[in-house]
Amino acid sequence: MAQTLELPSQSAPVETSTRGRRGSPWTGLWAVVGKEMADHLSSVRMQILEVLILLTAVGAVYAVMQNVRQTVSQDPFIFLRLFTTARDPFPAFVGFLSFLVPLIAIAISFDAINGEFSRRTMSRVLAQPIYRDALLLGKFLAGLFTLSLVLTAIWLLIMGMGILGLGLPPNGEEVARSLIFLVATIFYGGIWLALGMVFSTIFRQPATAALAGLSVWLFFTIFWGMVTSLLARTLSPVTYGFPEEILRQLQTEQAISRLSPNTLYVEATLGILNPAVRSFGILLPSQLEGAVVGAPLPLAQSILLMWPQLTGLIAATILLFALAYVLFQRQEIRA
Amino acid sequence: MVEVSTKSAAPPQAATEAVLQAVNLTKRYGAAVAVDNLNLTVARGEVFGLLGPNGAGKTTTILMLLGLTEPTSGMVRVLGLDPARDPLAVKARVGYLPDAVGFYDELSARDNLSYIARLNGLPRATAQQRIRTAIDRMGLSEVIDRPVGTFSRGMRQRLGVAELLLKEPEIIIMDEPTLGLDPEAAQGFLRLIRDLKHDGITILLSSHLLHQVQAVCDRVGLFSHGRMMISGTVAELAQRILGGGYRIVVEASGDQRAIKSALLALPGVKKIEAAEREQFVIVGDRDLRADAASAVVGVGGGLVGLDVEAPSLDEIYATYFKEATNGANA
Ligand SMILES: Nc1ncnc2c1ncn2[C@@H]1O[C@H](COP(=O)(O)OP(=O)(O)O)[C@@H](O)[C@H]1O
Ligand SMILES: [Mg+2]
Repeated sequence: MAQTLELPSQSAPVETSTRGRRGSPWTGLWAVVGKEMADHLSSVRMQILEVLILLTAVGAVYAVMQNVRQTVSQDPFIFLRLFTTARDPFPAFVGFLSFLVPLIAIAISFDAINGEFSRRTMSRVLAQPIYRDALLLGKFLAGLFTLSLVLTAIWLLIMGMGILGLGLPPNGEEVARSLIFLVATIFYGGIWLALGMVFSTIFRQPATAALAGLSVWLFFTIFWGMVTSLLARTLSPVTYGFPEEILRQLQTEQAISRLSPNTLYVEATLGILNPAVRSFGILLPSQLEGAVVGAPLPLAQSILLMWPQLTGLIAATILLFALAYVLFQRQEIRA
Repeated sequence: MVEVSTKSAAPPQAATEAVLQAVNLTKRYGAAVAVDNLNLTVARGEVFGLLGPNGAGKTTTILMLLGLTEPTSGMVRVLGLDPARDPLAVKARVGYLPDAVGFYDELSARDNLSYIARLNGLPRATAQQRIRTAIDRMGLSEVIDRPVGTFSRGMRQRLGVAELLLKEPEIIIMDEPTLGLDPEAAQGFLRLIRDLKHDGITILLSSHLLHQVQAVCDRVGLFSHGRMMISGTVAELAQRILGGGYRIVVEASGDQRAIKSALLALPGVKKIEAAEREQFVIVGDRDLRADAASAVVGVGGGLVGLDVEAPSLDEIYATYFKEATNGANA
């Protein structure tokens, strides 16, 4: 052996170079997406939720069908009614989606990161020539694609049932409107997906992360309405009962309620699926000027109407993903 | 500066090319120092053992070598590359077997490995063929399509090595590879390490079970509280720390005190470690059996038993740290 004992006195530069890393951060991204999607689609957890959403879709559409069949000839947007009409005991299908989609998204993502730690696969995977970026984005995209796949299948199913049950094909505008609705639904799911990933990065226990995600979901589904009116009453109180005061309070309430992804989603769907909707919430006489009440808005106008809500959904998704990204990059990788 | 750059720029010289290098490497977690000014060089083809008790900083060192944890200060070079700047190139050529290696339990051994192959960007055909070869070599061909959830600890460990073989690495880093294996499996694993060395792979392994790995390591570094206390071949360490480090066990009847002083007076005896109930343990710099026997007989004692133990890492380790701690206390 040529080596002799090393003494800890080698003189060499102390050099830390953290700036600029070589190689694409997306190396291996599609390998991750492929693996994760295969996992989701074959997992029992997902299959249960798929069956649930399928039953909901069939039930809701069937119930609506009983109702609208008589009015087929008069209604130019009969297919959109399949999504929006509530009929006892069924709420509208969009109502179902607004609370089922978060559930699916959380179920997909709550153990995305901490699951790799608890299975002790994280350090093994990150020892492969990929960056953490690819792992995180790959998991997110796999979730989003899975969600898209499920929702698109449901969309096709509803359209198919509509064609069979109503005996006529949807017109171009109905297809366009319901596709935009599909996109909004996917990004609504994206928010909850990203939120689930944030929690799965923060909490090392998957059960804790799932619970945290479900708490937020419950909070927005059940309690946000109460919180909103409470806050609005505190922030803009009605002291003298002037109409301006009441209006201000209503506006405050609406602004606060829009912090909830549920509100954004419901408004976005309402705007695009119901052409008669020309404003959300308080309708002022000035907004009605020159409008024929009850006349449907053209598609472009409806898109313009729900545009802020749609971009809000997308922005929130991106922000939450960025948060998960920052948290994950800082995390210590130890098996 | 000059020394380092000439080293990495020089053409590979079979035995002396440094493939792993750490210079004044330090990692702090808040106020706690996990790795303290580590200097380490591993030459191509070597098996280097990073030895130390739990919490010594072995895993932290390994993570920094792989670029999975950023050093607080200091320099790391792996195959001449900086793992913090060039992690993809480093990780494509270095295989890492973490301690307590985990797999996706619901996937088969084959599927687990194909995921890793895809992450490495191996073409499908190459991947399939390499997976087959690696699995066969690790003796797992019978269970290749079984879910990994059904595997024993030893099988998982071998699957972990099969995964390393996939990317045909130049360096393999293993963290506590024999941890949790029964003695027989551990021995099998050490044989495997020798095979890998034979293939020309440089190996860095960490362990707190010193006696287990001393047989396979060309050189070892003793690690404690984030510091590399000493490094070299086992023989060198023995020479340096134990001054030869031969332990001779003498069992003798007769005047115990006279025997003890006679033994102590022998040239080459460093000390008497234990003296109890007609048994003495002498530490000497060579095999002193003959001298000890005549010393016992010389003072009228009866020789009952005589045995010698060659130096072992455990002793070196225990002795060194006892001395180091005493020195620090003094
Ligand atoms: N993320 C961390 N935060 C704070 N201290 C840490 C962290 N990781 C490791 N340490 C500390 O660093 C020291 C070295 O740990 P480690 O490298 O795992 O030792 P070994 O692998 O030799 O058992 C330990 O004292 C441990 O408590
Ligand atoms: Mg360790």
